[in-house]
Amino acid sequence: MSLQMLTYIVVGFTFALYIGIAIWARAGSTKEFYVAGGGIHPVSNGMATAADWMSAASFISMAGLIGFSYQGYGGSVFLLGWTGGYVLLAMCLAPYLRKFGKFTVPEFVGDRYYSNAARIVAVICLIIASVTYVIGQMKGIGVAFSRFLETSYETGLTAGMVIVFIYAVLGDMKGITYTQIAQYVVLIFAYTIPAIFISLNLTGNPFPQLGLGSTLADGTYVLDKLNQTVTELGFAEYTTSTRGSTLNMFVYTLSLMIGTAGLPHVIIRFFTVPSVKDARRSAGWALVFIAILYTTAPAVAAMARLNLMDTIEPTPGNYLAYDERPQWFKNWEKTGLLKYEDKNGDGLIQYSADKATNEMVKVDNDILVLANPEIAKLPNWVIALVAAGGLAAALSTAAGLLLAISSAISHDLLKGVIRPDISEKGELQASRIAMAFTVLLAGYLGFNPPDFAEGTVALAFGLAASSIFPVLMLGIFYKRMNTQGAIAGMLAGIGVTLFYVFQHKGIMFIKSTAFLGDMSPNWFLGIEPNAFGAVGALVNFAVAIAVAKMTAEPPKEIQDLVDDIRSPHGAGSAVAH
Amino acid sequence: MKNNAEAYWKANVSLIVKLLVIWFVVPFLGGIVFADALNSIQLGGYPLGFWIAQQGSIYLFVVLIFYYAKKMAELDDQYGGGE
Repeated sequence: MSLQMLTYIVVGFTFALYIGIAIWARAGSTKEFYVAGGGIHPVSNGMATAADWMSAASFISMAGLIGFSYQGYGGSVFLLGWTGGYVLLAMCLAPYLRKFGKFTVPEFVGDRYYSNAARIVAVICLIIASVTYVIGQMKGIGVAFSRFLETSYETGLTAGMVIVFIYAVLGDMKGITYTQIAQYVVLIFAYTIPAIFISLNLTGNPFPQLGLGSTLADGTYVLDKLNQTVTELGFAEYTTSTRGSTLNMFVYTLSLMIGTAGLPHVIIRFFTVPSVKDARRSAGWALVFIAILYTTAPAVAAMARLNLMDTIEPTPGNYLAYDERPQWFKNWEKTGLLKYEDKNGDGLIQYSADKATNEMVKVDNDILVLANPEIAKLPNWVIALVAAGGLAAALSTAAGLLLAISSAISHDLLKGVIRPDISEKGELQASRIAMAFTVLLAGYLGFNPPDFAEGTVALAFGLAASSIFPVLMLGIFYKRMNTQGAIAGMLAGIGVTLFYVFQHKGIMFIKSTAFLGDMSPNWFLGIEPNAFGAVGALVNFAVAIAVAKMTAEPPKEIQDLVDDIRSPHGAGSAVAH
Repeated sequence: MKNNAEAYWKANVSLIVKLLVIWFVVPFLGGIVFADALNSIQLGGYPLGFWIAQQGSIYLFVVLIFYYAKKMAELDDQYGGGE
């Protein structure tokens, strides 16, 4: 059976499974729609959270980012940043927000700060952060489809939009939870099986986490060999090359951690468990399921890079002839994500760090995981499984994000502010319509230049870190925090973050409007825009506390509300007001 | 009751602070600031600083969350029978 046929069958089967589950578990009430009735087991919720969280970026892009763009050690910012946030979430947010027992994040902000204005600011932050995040998923779906259907990126993206669209119309928290559990199982097998094979091939150790610290057949350690190979080609040493300065790596990691804890589509997952105790435990389980992939990723990154270089230059000075390039090379050339240019006209492939002589002019980060099984010459069914896994990761995250966006629109804006008298049925319909529109918007944005999509990820984490996380944490841990402080803090946090990002990347990412002027890039202590969220969060905390101290303290009933969310007693399941 | 709730909250906050110190020291100091120095120690084929940044911290995060959940469950019982 051909690879393409096999891929169609595996991907088709998993899609049928997801849609079947979504239909089987469809919600009947608003409570089921928003928080799955509040009855999800903490381990199940942990698994669903892991699928919700691990996006196309984690599955498709991260190993490539670590192995190539961030040159090894520099990629630690993602590994640390995207897992450490769960510690913050488990201790500082999830249990108390679960106790609060409502449906959405802006709803907490609105109630805690007794203000519709604060609620609307939170809705806007949530929508911008989540929409930018959806674009990344669309891009991931486009990449996976374009390779496996052997089409252009645009056709792949369109196919992806159609599927997400069907999915969105069926989507609700209950259905999405059970589908995400299935998607987790698919994606984790798809990620770990090729990694196990590759680790076995290279080191004889079936655990990639241990294989990365083991020796190759010739007795040298994997990482020593990799260091040697990359430095010979003029690249930075794999195990020590930092991303920018040490301070930049520090702040970058912190930004991703705070941003992770502040992403609404992750937070709302903890509203679905039966109790406060379960919310804490569930965060632990979520991280266990995430860690399985995240501790495998660095091994995938290092071993794939080693394999790739070994294919191109089997022994030093002995280059692969372009005419003899393997099938996977040809396949990825078709998508435009891999490009070769014979600069010296010798028909051989020279790969080096020197831009003038390097002939691998494009090796997109996104192809590493998807091409990995082919590079390592694994059987076709493994390759088909990886395609299904990449799509599962993108779809599960897209679904979670779409739900967060649509519930902010239908529950917070429509029911909460514009038309409080709307019926339950009307609210659900509005939510589904909002979802459909969001898919169209995200798809449209996915068609825009790719640097737009990349820049937006920085914005999603920056906004979540600089606006949502501080306002939630202060609402729980600082009783004195009031409306004025919260709004001033959010606006200041978003303000400086947007300013720094737009200054580098252009207003709304239109390159020509970047206004760096005479300033050098990363002028603030050498911190890059992607890493600026932690600075924004600091500004938010400082401004919020200063303003709150200068203005009247919040009313008695709000202080009582804070006392109430601090105590786990009497947490019923989530209710609408 | 009020005092009870206050004591519970104090115990919670002090537990969080303790755990967040570990959460900060290991990845940020061990994995980033002092990574170079720690890299002179080998853990099998892993330089130690590199291992902390790409493996060890993630395992630590999991342990921290479960430890917190367990300690809090005890506190919940101690201060009035949980939920």
